Amino acid sequence: MSELALPKIDNSILNRKSEIVKNLSKLTDKENVLSEADELRPYETDALSVYTQTPLAVVLPENTEEVSEILKYCHSENIKVVPRGAGTGLSGGALPLQDAILLGLGKFNKILEIDYENKCVVTQPGVTNLGITHAVQHKGFYYAPDPSSQLACSIGGNVAENSGGVHSLKYGTTTNNILGVQMVMMDGTICRFGGKSFDQEGYDLMGLICGSEGLLGVVTEVTVKILRTPEVVRAALIGFPSIKEGGDAASEIISSGIVPAGMEIMDKALIEATDNFSKAGYPRDAELLLIVELDGTESEVNELIKKVEAICKKNNCSSLKLSNSEKERLSFWAGRKAAFPACGAMAPDYYCMDGSIPRGKLAEALLEIKKLSEKYELPVANCFHAGDGNLHPLIMFDGNDKEQLRKTEEFGSEILKTCVRLGGVITGEHGVGIEKRELMCEMFNDNDIQQQLSIKKSLDEKNLLNPGKVYPILRKCAEEGRVHVHKNKDKFPDLPRF
Amino acid sequence: MSTKIKINSQIFQDSNNIYYPKDETEVSDLIRELYKQDSPTEIIGNNSKSFIGNKTQSANTTSLSKISGIIDYRPEELYIKVKACTPINEIEQVLSENNQELAFEPIDFGYIKDGKSNKGTIAGYLSCNYAGSRRFKVGSVRDHVLGFKGVNGKGDIIKSGGTVVKNVTGYDLSKLIAGSFGTLVALTEITLKVLPKKDSSKTVIIYPNNFEQIYDFFNKLSSSSSEISGAVFIPEQSNDKEFSVKRNNVFKFNDLKSKVSFVAFRVEGDKISIEEKINNLKKELELNNSDISTLDVYQSEPFWKKINNLEVFEKTEHNLIRMVIPPANGSKLSKYLENKHNYFIDWCGSLFWIEVNSKKEEKIKDLKKMANDFGGYLTVIKTSSEYDYGEPIFTVDKVRLMISEKVKQSFDPKRILNPGKMYRGV
Repeated sequence: MSELALPKIDNSILNRKSEIVKNLSKLTDKENVLSEADELRPYETDALSVYTQTPLAVVLPENTEEVSEILKYCHSENIKVVPRGAGTGLSGGALPLQDAILLGLGKFNKILEIDYENKCVVTQPGVTNLGITHAVQHKGFYYAPDPSSQLACSIGGNVAENSGGVHSLKYGTTTNNILGVQMVMMDGTICRFGGKSFDQEGYDLMGLICGSEGLLGVVTEVTVKILRTPEVVRAALIGFPSIKEGGDAASEIISSGIVPAGMEIMDKALIEATDNFSKAGYPRDAELLLIVELDGTESEVNELIKKVEAICKKNNCSSLKLSNSEKERLSFWAGRKAAFPACGAMAPDYYCMDGSIPRGKLAEALLEIKKLSEKYELPVANCFHAGDGNLHPLIMFDGNDKEQLRKTEEFGSEILKTCVRLGGVITGEHGVGIEKRELMCEMFNDNDIQQQLSIKKSLDEKNLLNPGKVYPILRKCAEEGRVHVHKNKDKFPDLPRF
Repeated sequence: MSTKIKINSQIFQDSNNIYYPKDETEVSDLIRELYKQDSPTEIIGNNSKSFIGNKTQSANTTSLSKISGIIDYRPEELYIKVKACTPINEIEQVLSENNQELAFEPIDFGYIKDGKSNKGTIAGYLSCNYAGSRRFKVGSVRDHVLGFKGVNGKGDIIKSGGTVVKNVTGYDLSKLIAGSFGTLVALTEITLKVLPKKDSSKTVIIYPNNFEQIYDFFNKLSSSSSEISGAVFIPEQSNDKEFSVKRNNVFKFNDLKSKVSFVAFRVEGDKISIEEKINNLKKELELNNSDISTLDVYQSEPFWKKINNLEVFEKTEHNLIRMVIPPANGSKLSKYLENKHNYFIDWCGSLFWIEVNSKKEEKIKDLKKMANDFGGYLTVIKTSSEYDYGEPIFTVDKVRLMISEKVKQSFDPKRILNPGKMYRGV
């Protein structure tokens, strides 16, 4: 946030800007190449808006062949490329570079085929996550992963980040819900992994691409699985007098064998913030709020609700409300879905963290975050995908205050280190991007990181595709004693690192 | 004493010169040494599935069978961390004590190999990525792996993933390892997602009149909000007496008319919702005036075991093919197969197990062409003694092969691990 290390700028590329723009205009309609300062401004950042960079140019190709030609050209001219979907990513994965072109997939906005017989949709990557569900819901189907930005985020971006959402506990994340992708490699090669059938044979290249944050290829088509909308969906809104009792109830629900469609936790700060913001009717006296959603056939759901009620009562819940209509169920979720804007209304800026921890460590993690909040004198509100251990603390701060910025960064980093210490990971669903690069050493040692860099090198030898993202800066890791640097020589001297 | 002998002498080697490293460090030392010597090795577990894939031509064999045992099982966190060659049976038993299971329903390849149960090890499962009947609902082996540790072709110990389900930190190498047939890493540790066992199950048997009806049933079953967790079609093959006898013996159940073709679907859950779902499905499939049978839990469980043991192909000496296609093309394929090859259909119309009883590889070539045309793939799981590998046993296109070579190179630059097991040059 404060100071951002980026790959060394190649001045020879900057000097050739007009020639590059001219050449790119031959590969797609010239209207699709943006190079004037005012045209570039909207592309300076993604949803991690504290970082901004002006790209060399923006290209908005219209089909796979154009993407292939553009990448082929950039490959031969050693021009870096940053791919971008809808720009809703929270980890800075689509942050431009000054000497790189930004490849926007916004014009890939059509659903190509809806195939009910094979239960799948073939779509271009720029279609929004919710757009897929909208296209099939009249026939009683939906696309399961539902990141909270689903109204705006694109399915291509979902593939790049392996996005999850509230329902990933039961239905999995993007990687479990796609059947195939078409992708263009940095050298322009067009490839296809999977299709409409299950489990491609051989190396699971689709599995590798999913969650690779735009470092291995540019996805130009996605085939997603669609599921039948459940017959009955009901939610329960349960208040608890303490963090521990609520956390224990959430753990017990899972260990009793129930797999809820979704299970969310909000702490007192967030209950108040969201209730003020969206008037969701949450129990404001509760220290912790649990939302449990159950789906299935009618008797199945009724049976599960009885079990959840019993577990919550055993754990001293202070209030329990069941949704009796679809309208009421949606109102239960309204507050949770407004968590981010509600925090936005409370402070000039908020910084959303994204660690995962074992479910049973929830109370410990929340107490630790509370202590850190006192230490850094910055307010924090917590929401948590309790079913799968994915924690989203929202730190509130004023971005104009340099000192607060620095403290926020440190606070966030300490939260993620706590997650790792508790047996979790530094990112559950937002990706590493530019934001958490340096923390990779908290989880991986030299061998682990070198293996990943070696895959990157094998598929993008010149390191032109989205460089500077995901993998740590050598200097910082070396300082932490994690990367073994022998006589100042890196294992992969040709990999440009910075 | 040279370094080589010094290192290797610590690793147990039996009379067949098979290395048995006992832990991760020994695996790393061994592979590092083989890397230095440019000497490839076959990687095996307990040999239950080593017949699948091409024969590796390597000077050495490394058995990981001593790397076995449960490291950490947390029922309340829904994961189990085990050493790579822990037998599936051991894992299933421990999970069962806590009323949990591996939801991907491991196939028991022992029956087709030599007629005896042998589920092998979890590393073998992950390396093959062949899930059982529940796959179309719960995902494959790759969808249940949370993380792993292993040794790459240079002898480096590497890891990926963790123990939590939500994790996007770095490339998802667990997926890449699934189905890689031991060509990328020698696995030493695997963490799996586990799920609660369902309270009960029932299986409904329908006797269809024609192929169109089979796929009409499959389509309605997979479109229903009353979830099923298994759907197979078992054809009657009147032209092959020997197979008919075997088939009828395998599916001898009190409540099943085994001598005719049938579709079977499974419903799992608590008893009340099972009844509710079956009633809903009977309406949706318009079965109320049809001849159907229902297998209660005592028949339903062994029925699906027989399916997942591939018992109709027990000890087969012919070529056994596993073909996966989009279900919409299944009807055409089953028409083609009728009275030509013995087969059955699983995964609600997507997965075909086909026995090709011909010496001519032309037949396999034809089937592979169909698989490609239909947008799927096939693997020759077991080859007859006459198979000369003229037709590759895996399906791969040029671009994917090129990328696979690059990926292999990044893990195992000297092709030390299981060279040629999947593709030539990989």
